[in-house]
Amino acid sequence: MIEQALAGLWYGFSVAFEPQNLMWCFVGVLVGNMVGVLPGMGPLATISILLPLTFGMKPVGAILMLAGVMYGAQYGGAICSILLNLPCHPPHAVTCLDGFPMTKQGRGGVALGLTVFSSFVGASWGITEMIFLSPILVKVALEFGPAEICSLMALGLLAGSTLARGSPVKGVCMTIVGLLLGSVGSDLETGQQRFTFGLAELDDGVELIALALGLFGIAEFMTSVNQTAAINTQYSNVRLRDMRPTKADVKRSIFPAIRGTLVGSLCSLIPGTGPTIASFVAYATEKKVSKTPEKFGTGMIEGVVCPETSTHSSVQGDFIPTMSLGIPGDAVMALLLGALIIQGIVPGPQLISQHPDIFWGLVASFWIGNILLVLLNVPLIGIWVKMLTIPYKYLYPSAMFFVCIGVYAANNDFFQVGEVVVIGIFGYVLLRLGFHPAPILLGFVLGPRFEENFRRAMLISRGDLATFVERPISAVFVALCVILIGAQIYVRLKGSKGDVYLPPEKALHPGAEQETAAQPAALSADATRVPH
Amino acid sequence: MKHSLLYKRDFYAGGLMMLLGLFAALNGPRYTLGTLMHMGPGFMPTALGVLLTVLGIVIAGSAFTTKEGEGEEGILPEHPQWFAWGCILASPLAFILFGKVGGMIPGTFMCVFVAAIGDRDATWRSVVALSAVVTFFGVALFHYLLKIPMPVLKWDFL
Repeated sequence: MIEQALAGLWYGFSVAFEPQNLMWCFVGVLVGNMVGVLPGMGPLATISILLPLTFGMKPVGAILMLAGVMYGAQYGGAICSILLNLPCHPPHAVTCLDGFPMTKQGRGGVALGLTVFSSFVGASWGITEMIFLSPILVKVALEFGPAEICSLMALGLLAGSTLARGSPVKGVCMTIVGLLLGSVGSDLETGQQRFTFGLAELDDGVELIALALGLFGIAEFMTSVNQTAAINTQYSNVRLRDMRPTKADVKRSIFPAIRGTLVGSLCSLIPGTGPTIASFVAYATEKKVSKTPEKFGTGMIEGVVCPETSTHSSVQGDFIPTMSLGIPGDAVMALLLGALIIQGIVPGPQLISQHPDIFWGLVASFWIGNILLVLLNVPLIGIWVKMLTIPYKYLYPSAMFFVCIGVYAANNDFFQVGEVVVIGIFGYVLLRLGFHPAPILLGFVLGPRFEENFRRAMLISRGDLATFVERPISAVFVALCVILIGAQIYVRLKGSKGDVYLPPEKALHPGAEQETAAQPAALSADATRVPH
Repeated sequence: MKHSLLYKRDFYAGGLMMLLGLFAALNGPRYTLGTLMHMGPGFMPTALGVLLTVLGIVIAGSAFTTKEGEGEEGILPEHPQWFAWGCILASPLAFILFGKVGGMIPGTFMCVFVAAIGDRDATWRSVVALSAVVTFFGVALFHYLLKIPMPVLKWDFL
């Protein structure tokens, strides 16, 4: 078992070290780190813009690069949170609490330095987990019939929509909207046109890239335009030598890093709980364990290291269900899965055996990418800090161009560019009505496979719905679904709001709120509400 | 005022979901429902539509139970940016129009230009400069490096 995994890893390194793949991995982490730093650009929008450019590439290179953007952005996001107190990306919102006070005390460099190294620790653990857990999961999953796949997908969709941000009912609504959007176009079995309104351009369905860029590009720009306050860079003068931590700092960080790793890897095992929840749980844990919990919020290094480590460990762990089962845990993973599907690769348990170069190449590239990120972040910190000062008024118009050309390049067709406008308006309306559109992408990517397997399961069982509870493995997934819904209703009835884990929406929108005092107070109040 | 707005948000949210759900549920049967054993292409959309309608009713209904002061935001943000929103949405349309008529250079330039005038700090000089810079690097990257099949400069009316 272990030997097999190590042999796979060895093979993976030979794939990842091919000059071309190595280059794409580097491009990916570089771009990722860049957008992570830039306030107002998310990894989701970036991956969707880059997606059409990967069509001409080999699948391995494409996926290495897109994955690189994703974890690269996690490194960059920390810089933004610690130096500017701007939670540009949700997983780093909690890092602001102690990171920014450290910056004010002139210890921002130390916080960054330790973050980079603890992130590497967290990520390494996540990768190790992936190496050893994925083959086991695959062994189990290969026995699955359509009924099991179907209920597993239902569980994934349900967890992805109810455990993420905002109200669970609204999250489920978004998943269903995604599933419906996924059904647009020709039906897989009969070729019947569904919801195409007579437009031939919709025969192949809604374009994944247009959907992602509409929801996470245009709708986000509409939220942020003219809302961003001037960025305060008076503290962000960090040079390389400021990053060297003292011995005491390192000593204080070791155990928080280990705890963060554990929290993160646990969170990545529960479907639907991504890096954001991991970071909040980690912060709350650290506060509970600490001998001086009252000092949190005033610049405790533990409060920076622990959530950052957990974020990274969970980001890498999130790849496990995506790559081994073909079931993405969040919108970014759904997008990566979509990229694989576009390349003609069927995701699912057979992926590792059919395309070992992709799976093991990806695993190996994680390590290479993380080492590259440490190298990029430590000596070049000055450049990243400079990038923080790029004003939004230059950023979003340029991004609009990338959105347009990206969508155009997907099919060399202007129709999709119009599609992105319509989806953008829809996405903005949803945001204003209190919906979080991320689960739409989950539903959209899984939709066709869900329907296919549901039909097949029904055909095998001769139209008997009981098949989902009669087959034992499927019954377990159904039971988990029921428990999940039950727990949500229980939490609701007990009086606390559904989104116990997460900070108020304001804190998650870049620039919406920049009050130094008010925001961390609100955040810490929420972080302590996390149940144990 | 605040009171009624807070009720409205979830009302509209639920209403929108009901509308989408009803649309799917009513149109689904047109595509052959089939039986549970042999499901037709209309089955899944209809079922999802019904589910979405029910959830829409739940959301709209929950607006009644929301206590006063709990809803934190209105439907429109505090400072609506109609002009900027218009610019952002018009930018891809400008890309389509000028891209179709004139090719990649005018398409890119107008796309960035239209988006950029939406910012409240925009000046003519900064907008033109930004558009020119993005056009230069954009065409270099997408036409010469990535070879996106779109003419750089042309002249024909659709």
